[in-house]
This record gives sequence, structure tokens and C-alpha cells, in this order.
Amino acid sequence: MKKSKAFWGYIVLALVIYAVVQVLINSGVLNMYYQNMLITMCINIMLAVSLHIIIGITGQFSIGHAGFMAVGAYLSAIGTMKLELPFVSAIILGAVVAALAGLLVGIPTLRLKGDYLAIATLGFAEIIRIIFVNIEYVGGAAGIQVRHQATWTYAFFAVVITILVIANFTKSRHGRACIAIREDEIAADAMGINTTYYKVIAFAIGSFFAGVAGAIYAHNFYIIQPTTFNFLKSFDILIFVVLGGLGSLSGSVVAAIFLTVVTTYLQGFPETRMIIYSLVLILVMLYRPKGLMGTKEVTDLFKFGKKGGSKA
Amino acid sequence: MSETLLKVDNLGITFGGLKAVQKVNMYLNRGELVGLIGPNGAGKTTMFNMLTGVYAPTEGSIVFGGKSIAGLDPYKVTRQGISRTFQNIRLFKELSVLDNVKVANHGLAKHNLLSSIFRLPSHFKGEAKMEEESLAFLKIFGLDVYKDELAKNLPYGMQRRLEIARALAAGPKLLLLDEPAAGMNPQETHDLMELIAFIRKEFNLTILLIEHDMHLVMGICERIYVLDHGQLIADGTPAEVRNNPKVIEAYLGEEVTE
Amino acid sequence: MEWIQQLVNGISLGSIYALIALGYTMVYGIIKLINFAHGDVFMLGAFIGFYAIARWEMHFILALLLSMALCAIIGVIIERVAYKRLRNATRIAALITAIGVSLLIEYTVIFFRGASPEAYPTVIESRNIEIFGAQISVQALLILAIAIILMLLLQFIVHQTKIGKAMRAVSHDADAARLMGINVDNTISATFAIGSALAGAAGVIFGIYYTRIEPLMGVLPGLKAFVAAVLGGIGIIPGAMVGGLVLGVVETFVSALGYSLWRDAAAFVILILILIIRPSGIFGKNTREKV
Repeated sequence: MKKSKAFWGYIVLALVIYAVVQVLINSGVLNMYYQNMLITMCINIMLAVSLHIIIGITGQFSIGHAGFMAVGAYLSAIGTMKLELPFVSAIILGAVVAALAGLLVGIPTLRLKGDYLAIATLGFAEIIRIIFVNIEYVGGAAGIQVRHQATWTYAFFAVVITILVIANFTKSRHGRACIAIREDEIAADAMGINTTYYKVIAFAIGSFFAGVAGAIYAHNFYIIQPTTFNFLKSFDILIFVVLGGLGSLSGSVVAAIFLTVVTTYLQGFPETRMIIYSLVLILVMLYRPKGLMGTKEVTDLFKFGKKGGSKA
Repeated sequence: MSETLLKVDNLGITFGGLKAVQKVNMYLNRGELVGLIGPNGAGKTTMFNMLTGVYAPTEGSIVFGGKSIAGLDPYKVTRQGISRTFQNIRLFKELSVLDNVKVANHGLAKHNLLSSIFRLPSHFKGEAKMEEESLAFLKIFGLDVYKDELAKNLPYGMQRRLEIARALAAGPKLLLLDEPAAGMNPQETHDLMELIAFIRKEFNLTILLIEHDMHLVMGICERIYVLDHGQLIADGTPAEVRNNPKVIEAYLGEEVTE
Repeated sequence: MEWIQQLVNGISLGSIYALIALGYTMVYGIIKLINFAHGDVFMLGAFIGFYAIARWEMHFILALLLSMALCAIIGVIIERVAYKRLRNATRIAALITAIGVSLLIEYTVIFFRGASPEAYPTVIESRNIEIFGAQISVQALLILAIAIILMLLLQFIVHQTKIGKAMRAVSHDADAARLMGINVDNTISATFAIGSALAGAAGVIFGIYYTRIEPLMGVLPGLKAFVAAVLGGIGIIPGAMVGGLVLGVVETFVSALGYSLWRDAAAFVILILILIIRPSGIFGKNTREKV
């Protein structure tokens, strides 16, 4: 079957990338600086792709994604630092609770559309952040120190699983249902799609993987504080998805990689970085609202002679 | 005798202070092709919206296939066996022609979320079946050549046909068509009439049709209901309705052409 | 009495929120856009007022007027450069652009002057008047007076002038207004100008009352003012006033009751409750999407 072949091809590619980088790390060619950048890249890709499924695929304008990341970060930190759980269990704990947070946000906001939904999600993210500020168990405003356990291996496999799950979801009747909701919710309803179910599922899956990203983040940067997960972080993630093209998974990946590199090189100039980012947002929306890739995927570029058509 | 598929009793809906529809009694027998006409703003699309669950009626009942469906969520109504097209075409613009139809096929497929995420055999089987069935629908409507084209790129007439194909793919027993001939020239309207007659026979459908094009309505409908200001003012065969003074009065100034 | 003092504090804070909320509600009413950058106009107003009072030694009323005028211009520039092209785009595109403009303003200010805060010089002596047994600061009363005057002025403009009538017409139906000969573009710009002027005034008032200003000061008040606008009924001017006052009072009492770390959450909790229970707000009406 053609489809299986492509699938295994990607798996092989992923393993190759992993092996190459791992070798470079072991041999010392890639030092801490680059390792950190690679891990950050993986985190950003996970954040971008998980937001993509909510906004890009299902059309739910959720701009408080940092809130779910925060839940994953804190809960996984509690897992390893307070409950002495092994790392993977802690990641899963963080992700599951993040998914629950996603349900908590997604269900009440089901009836909201567009701008109202956006503001509500922003509000929820702020509430989550303020909750963590007020909990002494996790250090309050000062934050909590976290043992460094994230390595290239963990980050890479997390990102591969994330992309795999979301790509598989999208290229199925379930993903199609979500895209239908994005395109025309009333028509989707009329054609037999349980829009409530799918909107909630999209939030749950998106927040789950944001939680995974948060867990990796927490275990890579030694300390997490509530201020890390403010609306600026949410906007950062939004920029990945907008630049890449709201409807494109590979666009989100490409944009996340690109902007991670930009950020790393502009580390010493945070204001310049933000000015560039904000200009990117504005210019993309004014002149190329479809972003880099619109609703197309990198794989579409390899299909010569095939007519337009989106993935589904 | 044909069984009654749809029975509407004393149906009404009030928006704020406005009684958009009131005291409507209607029935459809299995296999019938019935028209719903009336001047603009009479409440015809509102009727469709109540039948499909978009609005919950404030009074009266809707019984479909023996079950009460008034106030059900739209997707549940569809799963019961009612499907529709829209007055202003509501295709999934950024999806391909084939995918538009596949979306409607969604309710008939069985492979669940986990099987798709983990790419289990049931996913592949289910997807293949959806592909096969959806393509079959496209073939009937002559749209299979365009299966990968984005829906928004199709010319108007084909978009309307696609909407009907999509509605059919949901597997309905009752099909509601909302002004399917809008914007069509006489030749296209004629083709549409043949298409409707064909799908009715081929898929054992019962059809309720809103239309302004009297040629089409009088040509294919077995019975007609006439709505004006939210109330039924007449019903009967095309001949009876055509000569009904109340109907003529409601359409005052409009020609009831052959 | 303690609670009267808190009430006055709450109303003062609320009137600042109300002035900002008015800009949000007017812009949303006329082009259905949440102008994310509005909170930053408030910030710019505060800074303009600061430079006017501290560096150029203007009288604070003059500084207020200067700030209002400049902010009006800034508001129009933002609208013309960033939002005008997106009038027919999806609301999400416009919202994203507004977020971009907001970030741009904030970080440009930081780029040029750093992120450190400034302190407003004392403009009004802190004196207290005794009313009903409570000590009420003269500052608070003055703030209140200015805010009330501005809101009355706004009501006058909206209901008694030609431009106000045009604004109301365009909010109802832009196409019909255009057909009636109203210059829709100019009306929209005027709306931005007035809203931004009010935000600028709020900035100066904030600076006088709370003294501490910094480049990111507009974010949270901006969001909260938007909540206030939604609370009152987005697009409805009296709604923004009422919403702002309610929010200010609620926030002050939450703080006074000892939950000061949660005071910011109060606004967001109110937001979510409103959106879930009654999205049209206190004064709003329900509108349906036509199927």
C-alpha cells in the first residue's frame, strides 16, 4: 500500500535524524548551546503543532495555549520533584492533567466564536497562571526548581510522537470532521458531525501535547516560574502557527524551527526579537494571511501534476 | 398505502416577539416528492431549520419514522435520516470535492479515534470504504473528474450539485432541498428536475423541496404546501394550488408561470 | 467608614477602566474588532502626560489635553496603517494583527527607553476630605470629576452631533450608511480618534493617581477594560461605563477582603462567567446567525 510506504519512510527519516544528532552530541561536535537549541526547537514544534490542531484544523481561536503548557510543566515538576516519579511517568502526568485543563477550557466555551472565544481562552490562561502564583506548594511567584532530566532523546521522541499522533488524526475522518467544523460549523452539524465532541477532542489533544512540551521545558531549564507562561508566551506560540500557515502542520513545524533559530541568535536583544515578531504578525496578516504554507503540507510539494486539493 | 414518514403537528416557533411560524400541520408519506412554496420571508427555511434541529420549535411536534425529533441536535437529526441542502450554498470551501462528500459519510463510518491515531487495520478499512462510497456518489453526479478540486473553485451549478451529492452521502431517508434551482437557467433547471427524479428513485428517497421556480415545482411535485407569513394557507396537488385564490393573492404581483 | 473609602477607590479605579472600555466598545461596535492595541494607547497617553508634566512642567490639565490630542492622532494612524485593509478579512486575521500592533508598540517603547518604570510627580496634594465619616482623598474625587466630565462629553458627541449620528449609523449598518452619503472611512477614523483620546486621558489620570508607569502597564488594564466592555454589553456605550465601574469596585473589594493576589483573576472570572451565562452583557441584546 502506497500510504504505508510513505509512513514507514517518515519513521526511517526520523530515526536517521535522531541517530545523526545523537552521534554529533556524543562526539562533542554539538555542545550544550546547540543541544539546548535543539531541545528548545522540539518544545516549540510541539507547542506549535498542538496549537495548530485547535486553531488551524478545528478553527477554534484559542490564544491561551501557554496555560496548558504551564499545567504540564508544573504537574510534571510535582511528579519528579515531590512524588519521586520516573521522568516518563511525570511527563504523562503533566500531559494528562493538561488535557483535563483543556477540557475545562473547551467545554464551557463551546458556544463562543471568534473574538469572544479568543478572549475567553486568554482569560483562562491568566487564571491558570494566577492559580500557580498563589500555590506555595510549587513555590508561588518564585517558582520551583526542577531537576534537569530532559535530553535530546526525550525531546526528539516526544516531538515525533506528537507529530505522528496529530498527523494521523488529521488524515482521517476525524480530522476531516474538524476541518469541516472550521469551514462551516452549521453545515458540519447538518452533515452529521457531532461538533461538540470534536471541538472538545481538539482542545484535549492540543492541550495534552502542550502539556508534554511543558514537561520537557520544565526539565530542561532548571526552574519554572508563573511569569514564564504568560500571554506573551501564548502569543509566541500563536506566531509559529500564523507564520507557518494556520492550516498547515508542516508549516507550523517549519515556522517553529525557523523562529527558534532566530530567537536563539537574538537572545541578547529581547526587544528586537519582539519587534521583529510583531512585525511578522502584522505583515503576514496584511500581505499573506495564509502564512508560509496556507493549508498545504510539505508532502503536497512532492506531488507533481496533482491538482490543488487539501489534505484530509 | 404508503406509511407516513414525517408528521408535523401544530408546529410553531416564536423569536422574541415575532411568531415566525405557527400552527403548521404537514405530513409526508414515504417516497413522496412534496413542494413547500410561499413568498419571501414566509418561513420556509425556518421550517427546514426546525426539521433539521437548527432551531427548537416553541410549540408543536415533529415525528419522523415514529420518533419525536423536535429540538434534537442537528447531527442527531441527520443520523436519524434527514439531510439537507442550504439556500446559500454551504460547502466546505477549502476541502476538495471528494472530501466534502466524505464529511457527510462520516456518520456512517465506524473506525474510531484511537484506531485512526494508531493506524489500526480498522482505520484503513473504514477509510477505504468511505473513499469508495464517496466516489460512487460523485460519479452519479458527474463530479468524479473534479474530485481533487477545491470546492470553492467549482462553477456555481456544480457547487449546487455537489451540495446535493454531499447531502445524499449522509444516507438520508428524507432529503430537504432548499431552493436547489436558484440561479439556474432553464436548461440547468431541466437537468435538475431529471436529477431529482433519478435520485428519488435510485435511493428510495422522500423529498421536501423549497423552490421559487414554479416551472420546477409544478413539474415534479406531487403535492404542495403553501406558506405565507408563517402559516399554511393552502395545500394540495399542483392543479389545486395553482387555482387557489389565497395562493394567488399571497403572490400578488408575481406570475405563476407554467 | 472603611468600606466607603474602598467604594470610592473602586469607583476611581472603575472610572479609569470605563474610559478605556469606551474605546474598546466604540471600535468593536463600529467594525467588530477587538483593538488589542488600545491598552497600549493608554500606556502611551500615560507617558506623554509624564513627559509633559515632569519634563516640560505643564499644568496637568494641559498635559491631559495634550495627551488626548496626541493619542487621538496615534489611534487614527494605527487604524489607517494596520486595520483599514483588514475590514473585509476574517475577524481572526484582524485580531491577530491587533495583537501584533500591541506588541510592536510595547517593544518599540522598551527599545527606545528601556523597560524601567517612571514616577509621576505629585500633581495634586494628597489631602483628605471627610465625607460621611470616611477619609476620601481629594485626588480620587478629582479623578472622578474628570472622568465624569469626559463621559458626559462623549454622550453629548454621540447623541447631539453629526459625527455622533454618523458613528451610530455606521455601527448599525455600514453599507446603508454609505448609501446615505456618510463617509464611512472618516467616521471609523473619528471613532478611533475619540476612543484613543479617552484612553490617553485614562493614562494621564492613572499616572496622577497611581504614580507608577511602565511600558507594559497597558496590557492588564487593557484586557480588564475589555472585560468591562463585554460585561456591559460590547458595542453599547453606557454599558462600558457601567461595566468599568462594576469591575473597579469588584476588584477593589476582592483586594480589600484580603485576596489581593487574586484581584487580577477577578476580571477573568467575571469574563468567563459573562461569556457563558450572558454573552450579550448587561445591556446587550441577543443576535442570531441566519442559517
